[in-house]
Amino acid sequence: MQSLKIEVLVGVFLLLSLLCLGFLAVKVSGFSLGKSNDRYLLYSHFEQVGGLTVRSKVAISGVEIGQVLAIEYDQETMNAKVTLEIDSSISSIPSDSTASILTEGLLGSKYISISLGAEDQTLSGGDEIFDTQSAVILEELIGKFLIEQF
Amino acid sequence: MLIHALRRIGRFGFEMLSSMGRALRLLSSALIRRPDHRNIPLIIGQIYQLGVLSILIIVCSGFAIGAVLALQGYTQLVRVGSESALGLGVALVLVMEIGPVVSALLFAGRAGSAVTAEIGLMKATEQLASMEMIGVDPISRIIAPRFWGGFIVLPLLALMFSVVGIWAGSLVAVDWLGVYSGSFWSVMEQGVDFFDHVMKGIIKSIVFGFVVIWISLYQGYDSLPTSEGLSKATTNTVVFSSVWILVLDFFLTLMMFEL
Repeated sequence: MQSLKIEVLVGVFLLLSLLCLGFLAVKVSGFSLGKSNDRYLLYSHFEQVGGLTVRSKVAISGVEIGQVLAIEYDQETMNAKVTLEIDSSISSIPSDSTASILTEGLLGSKYISISLGAEDQTLSGGDEIFDTQSAVILEELIGKFLIEQF
Repeated sequence: MLIHALRRIGRFGFEMLSSMGRALRLLSSALIRRPDHRNIPLIIGQIYQLGVLSILIIVCSGFAIGAVLALQGYTQLVRVGSESALGLGVALVLVMEIGPVVSALLFAGRAGSAVTAEIGLMKATEQLASMEMIGVDPISRIIAPRFWGGFIVLPLLALMFSVVGIWAGSLVAVDWLGVYSGSFWSVMEQGVDFFDHVMKGIIKSIVFGFVVIWISLYQGYDSLPTSEGLSKATTNTVVFSSVWILVLDFFLTLMMFEL
């Protein structure tokens, strides 16, 4: 009887700690299996990426559809090249869509918002979003404002 | 005079080397052996003793530390208006540092000292010797199950500690101080990476579990069979484990998180 109780408690303990691992994986670190398999890549160039980071979200109408995979400096075009990882269930993004870097809330993190265009042709893996809007840098805005004042 | 001093240093060196040798021999004889399925109930018993009975202290401490982290972080972050990063800060600190380290320290105090005292008393009352007399190997019957039990249990306790801490942090931050729950969780989710942060914390606690249970077993097995010897062994377990945990934590951090 004693050994049954111990075994049950140990079983509960092991299950609990597995649940904790699951919580850390899914809720805390946003880890999900197999997600990267059914995704496709898009590229876009920005003059200024501001505080955008890898794994920032990519959204259409505020709904998350993917994330930023890489940000690097492109020597040829002399600006920032951002690689976007888009969920493959979102397959009909018109080719003349605009990618802009926005801020979540006043001081929140940066994310990429895609505003849809009107073209019939849609983007597929490896394509580039040509129309981009850079991040707004607060200091530049303040600078412009000050110059207008004087 | 000089000769005496040198002799003392030399003897100290000998003692340290021979005790390291004995510790290694105990470890290797406990690890290197044919797996025995009859030991599995013993290991389960040890998981109960070392793990299940430690849950309460781990949960209470995790709750308190998570809550205080959120409180302290909030008072600092709110001054620069970025309290939305509070969840990220609490989660990173807990998962990478405080979870593994504090749960290992608690484990050394709660379970390690108990293991040392138990084995030391078995030795002092000649239970280990009489086991050998009737043909039962004390290493496989007593030492090995405790080793595996402790080794398995500590990473799991550290996970629980982190989760309870994050939960307590969210209670304090979101429900009490009024941080927006969406940004609390989403900034955390964006900033914490499973392989970069969570896994490295787990690796830390695996190393700590190995070291703590090894020290506890060795101190008990090697203790003098007197009441002073036993008290010294339990003290040594807690002191050595704590120091090793903190020193190893520094070096593990240095190795895993490239600067």
